[in-house]
Amino acid sequence: MTDHRLELKRRTLLMTTAAMAASVMFPERVFAQAAPRKGGVFSVHYGAEQRQLNPSLQASTGVYIIGGKIQEPLVDLDAKGDPVGVLAERWEATPDGKTITFHLRRNVNWHDGKPFTSADVQFTAMAMWKKILNYGSTLQLFLTAVDTPDAHTAIFRYERPMPLGLLLRALPDLGYISPKHLYETGDIRQNPVNLAPIGTGPFKFVQYERGQHVIADRNPNYWRADAPYLDRIVWRVITDRSAAAAQLEAGQLHYSPFSGITLSDIARLAKDPRFVVSTKGNEGNARTNTLEFNFRRKELSDIRVRRAIAHAINVPFFIDNFLGTFAKLGTGPVPSVSTDFYPADNGPQYPYDKAKAARLLDEAGYKAGAGGTRFSVRLLPAPWGEDISLWSTFVQQALGEVGIRVEVVRNDGAGFLKQVYADHAFDLATGWHQYRNDPAVSTTVWYRSGQPVGAPWTNQWGWTDPEMDRIIDDAATEIDPAKRKALYAQFQQRANSELPIWTPIEQIFVTTISAKARNHSNTPRWGSSSWHDLWLAE
Amino acid sequence: MRVLSLAGRRLAASLPTLFLILVGVFLLLQFAPGDTVDAMMAQMGGGDAATARELRQFYGLDLSVPVQLGNYLWRLVRLDLGFSSIYGKPVATVIAERLPATILLMTASLSFAFFAGLVLGVIAARGVNKWPDTIISTLGLVFYATPSFWFGLMAIVVFSIYLQWLPAGGLEDITRIQSGIWRTLDIARHLVLPTLTLGLIFLAIYLRIMRASMLEVLNLDFVRTARAKGLDETRVIVRHVLRNALLPMVTLIGLQAGTMLGGSVVVESVFSLPGLGRLAYESVIQRDLNTLLGIVFVSALLVIVVNFAVDLVYARLDPRIGTGD
Repeated sequence: MTDHRLELKRRTLLMTTAAMAASVMFPERVFAQAAPRKGGVFSVHYGAEQRQLNPSLQASTGVYIIGGKIQEPLVDLDAKGDPVGVLAERWEATPDGKTITFHLRRNVNWHDGKPFTSADVQFTAMAMWKKILNYGSTLQLFLTAVDTPDAHTAIFRYERPMPLGLLLRALPDLGYISPKHLYETGDIRQNPVNLAPIGTGPFKFVQYERGQHVIADRNPNYWRADAPYLDRIVWRVITDRSAAAAQLEAGQLHYSPFSGITLSDIARLAKDPRFVVSTKGNEGNARTNTLEFNFRRKELSDIRVRRAIAHAINVPFFIDNFLGTFAKLGTGPVPSVSTDFYPADNGPQYPYDKAKAARLLDEAGYKAGAGGTRFSVRLLPAPWGEDISLWSTFVQQALGEVGIRVEVVRNDGAGFLKQVYADHAFDLATGWHQYRNDPAVSTTVWYRSGQPVGAPWTNQWGWTDPEMDRIIDDAATEIDPAKRKALYAQFQQRANSELPIWTPIEQIFVTTISAKARNHSNTPRWGSSSWHDLWLAE
Repeated sequence: MRVLSLAGRRLAASLPTLFLILVGVFLLLQFAPGDTVDAMMAQMGGGDAATARELRQFYGLDLSVPVQLGNYLWRLVRLDLGFSSIYGKPVATVIAERLPATILLMTASLSFAFFAGLVLGVIAARGVNKWPDTIISTLGLVFYATPSFWFGLMAIVVFSIYLQWLPAGGLEDITRIQSGIWRTLDIARHLVLPTLTLGLIFLAIYLRIMRASMLEVLNLDFVRTARAKGLDETRVIVRHVLRNALLPMVTLIGLQAGTMLGGSVVVESVFSLPGLGRLAYESVIQRDLNTLLGIVFVSALLVIVVNFAVDLVYARLDPRIGTGD
């Protein structure tokens, strides 16, 4: 347990030293704020096309990376990770936590010239966030009404207390506003504006050529004076990761977000002075690699077996040899970058110890049979990334050494979700859990029992624990920030001791960006943010 | 008139095949776990069960498989390809947007492969077992054995990254606004590497076939007669040998039009071209049945059209092959 902590410290220290060395070697990259240059076309790697581009309807980085430049949220995060007003200037909550008032920015217009008002906020919250937006419908479950006493005030009324901190940390992702006047008639899901978004943001939508590119141009009437600097942003659709790396090198692309190219290309471009490769600007997009256990399997419902599996896998070895410097040991569902919630004590950890794993399996009654095999399981890896694929093979070999035979069953995205979350046709599953600034947004549903079958990324493991449910429910409506933090510390400890899901690796997405780009990666969700201050040096 | 009736009969004969292909693809895709709503959820990064149920109803996925198939075929009879769930547009529009890139790439690669293969084949046959033949045959073997994605990536490394001569991907340079001749030239520049990548394997095949059939025809009696008449060698080759040796080459075009559509999936991915191949791949991943069936339908039509054209060329090359009575 202790050596894990040391490992973490050693890594942090190494990374800090490396950052300091970089600032000495490349001072222009660090002190690049000199004089912003107007103009230029910024080319962005767009790995997977979306069915629509409106971030009030779909919370995903694939949508933010385009829609987040065109539409704006009420609140975003500043460089330190604190909420800062965008379309809302300030806010306050009543002591009972049931009423939260947003004072909106004045003199803001939609790209079609109509003024932005509290009616837009009301409409978006009630018709989009509460009804359609993924995670939004859970977050706003107890929202009963949005009052608009005047054009610049929106009062959110909740049936149960809504922690202000939770709402403000959720709104950067789940708080984008859409124009009411373009959505109030007809089916919202089928509205053509979804593919040609109209917003208040620094860039105006120009064109979407399916399979090729999306283009947005500077909004000359943007409310932030002087912004934006870029003339145009072009998102190029490139599905092949190696092809994207080649286009970066050939100068056709400036930026590949969210670990969009292969691990080997990332390592190679990191040494190339024409690029900056780092995890900075993605702190708000932390994710853990997971190992999920199906409790319907008798063997896996035994805590000794789950602990044995965790002990049997040499995670530091895997990280050092396969993931490099961009990953570190995971310590639980709440990642270490979550400064507001990361607890001082994470509860039990599971360092590599093959003998202990074998002992635990023996204790649980699964002695090695003929050929050294104790039992067999099916492992379903999610197809989201190279690291998951490598990890599943690593797990297969590591568990083989303690007598658990693993069959790896690979699927594409649709097949994986169906088999794990609807059919429960898995023993072990592995994928990513993405953390969204507050555990209540999308983390606790992985642990809360009673989730409807077929809802992806929820507790479908067959694990029920009344104590865990109580902690989760209490924390979701606790309006005292200190008490919330304490409840989530309990959550983390219980998750680690009961181990329904193991979170062995913590990662932050990697950005690969041209060294000519300035003012980039300066907020924790920079890839998703508006890029109003981004500029390109000659 | 004869041509039209032939076209009509050809089309009628291929209808049952087309029907079988569509039903086959439809049923095959039913075996893949998950549907388009699952794929949609994967893309969104989560959503609740009620939304999923609502969406399934919206896309008609709550109906039984025979009913879905029946609905699809009934729509097809009325020439309605349906609605694409990934793109939120009619399938016909989606395909029409992607078709030009694929046709451009296919035409360019086929003509490159055909003409380069023809010339190299003739040179090899003329110098059979001498050094030009050895070099060309070896090169052909190398091209044939190289996987096209690897060739594409290597071409990008050499010509785009090191030499910076040609773009690494895309159909045109969108950071500049161009029109007319400049746009055409720009698109041509972008197509050079993909054309080479897709065409080289086919070039290898054409040159082997051309070489073999040239050698065969060169030994026939009428060539000896032509030479005996005292015709000069160029005339013999062009008028007598080439014309007869071309027949198997033309046959190949018809056969390879289909193969090329398959090969374009890889090339379109490596060079990020917005073509049908990538669209087909994407619609399988996204379980967008309507789009996939639409592509199968259009590709089948395309192959039928190419084969029909090949038949016409046949008649021109060899008057003994009629267009039928």
